[in-house]
Amino acid sequence: MNAIIEIFPQLARGLHVTITVLLASAILAYLMAFIAGLCRLSQNIFIRKFTGFYVEVFRGTSLIVQLFWLYYAIPMLFGIQLGSNWWTGVIAIGLNYGAYLSEVVRGSILSVAKGQSEAATALNMSRFQRMRLVIFPQAVRMMLPEFGNYTIQMLKGTSLVSLIGMTDILYYGDILRSSNLSQAPIVYLLVLVFYFILALPLIWLTRKGERISKKGVANG
Amino acid sequence: MNNNWSWETFMDALPFVLQGLWITVSLTITCYLFALLFGFVWTFLRRIPNRFFNWIVTWVMEFIRSTPPLVQLFFLFYAWPMIPGIGVTLSPFTSAVLGLGIHFSTYIGEIYRSGIDSIDKGQWEASKALNFSTVDKWRRIILPQAIPPTVPMLGNYFIIMFKEVPLASTIGVAGIMLMANSYGAQNWSYLEPLTIVGIIFLVLSYPSAVLIRKLEIKLNTRFDKNAAIK
Repeated sequence: MNAIIEIFPQLARGLHVTITVLLASAILAYLMAFIAGLCRLSQNIFIRKFTGFYVEVFRGTSLIVQLFWLYYAIPMLFGIQLGSNWWTGVIAIGLNYGAYLSEVVRGSILSVAKGQSEAATALNMSRFQRMRLVIFPQAVRMMLPEFGNYTIQMLKGTSLVSLIGMTDILYYGDILRSSNLSQAPIVYLLVLVFYFILALPLIWLTRKGERISKKGVANG
Repeated sequence: MNNNWSWETFMDALPFVLQGLWITVSLTITCYLFALLFGFVWTFLRRIPNRFFNWIVTWVMEFIRSTPPLVQLFFLFYAWPMIPGIGVTLSPFTSAVLGLGIHFSTYIGEIYRSGIDSIDKGQWEASKALNFSTVDKWRRIILPQAIPPTVPMLGNYFIIMFKEVPLASTIGVAGIMLMANSYGAQNWSYLEPLTIVGIIFLVLSYPSAVLIRKLEIKLNTRFDKNAAIK
């Protein structure tokens, strides 16, 4: 029990890194999801292929590879120092999950019944109005559960930033473990509990999203 | 650190990184088979008709699923041997199989469950009416119908698993990721070996994803036909 009281505040020091990385990368991922998702439905073949390339590259390789690649490649290839590893982590996680979520956006938009866009055309709406007023509001509801699920995935993904030297929860856990090996079980158990507590509101939101997406929609 | 991309380094790193390919592939397959088997354990545990027990199993699954696999790997590798009584030292490979296997088995258990839930009530009743034993009911009636429609979903998890396997490099499994990092450390050029790792992943996972998509379309038409007959 004493050990828990000792370890808990140590791990909590990493909390703000985990949370800020999660929030920033979630915002980036949502942004990329809508941009790439809509671009893949564009009529311009060049835009479509280009975003397709982005999505396949980021979905086809794994997050840890992308993280390390960006960590070494950005300063080397472009000669830019991003200033901090925080940005590297955010960009890697954001672009990776943005690619996955763009597929969700695309799929949801395509799954809105065809009659809806035909009706909107019949009402003499422009292409933009059709998307903004008719298709999009219906599609967004369908996206909610998957956005929730992927946000939980992103939370799990933030643990990787400890590998590039960010001082997140896992980083402090590793430090505690290396200072006292026999403490390892309780340290890592507490790290897991920390992540689970952070995940709980996301789990709750995902379930809420599932209910919203089902509400008022006829089955089949 | 050399400043630019060098093809020389690329060609030099290629055979070095490829040494890890076999480990990466065999770890993926072992983890996946373990997850497929362990998934049945979850499905079985969730079917035990006791509300309290069910609640516990559901939350244990939720806990495993929503905490980082990386931490779970560290737990198995560093912490498990330290637990008095049950602790044994696990090799990096075994830790990775258990860690990633159990993590993904919670997803796979849910897939099995969705397959079983989709079986028509009449099928359960018919197997009862025909006096099938429990084993026969599952083996001859329920599972043959429940598992095939879930094959594309299970296949997707194979690809997802493949992409999570480089996490095992952090506990010292010498797959392509660890090879790339150690090449980088020796020659102080990380960009080329890491690019090779990325290319290997892309080359292996993209065709499998396409294959699974085709399989899905094929299965969908097959099961839709059945639905039409019903």
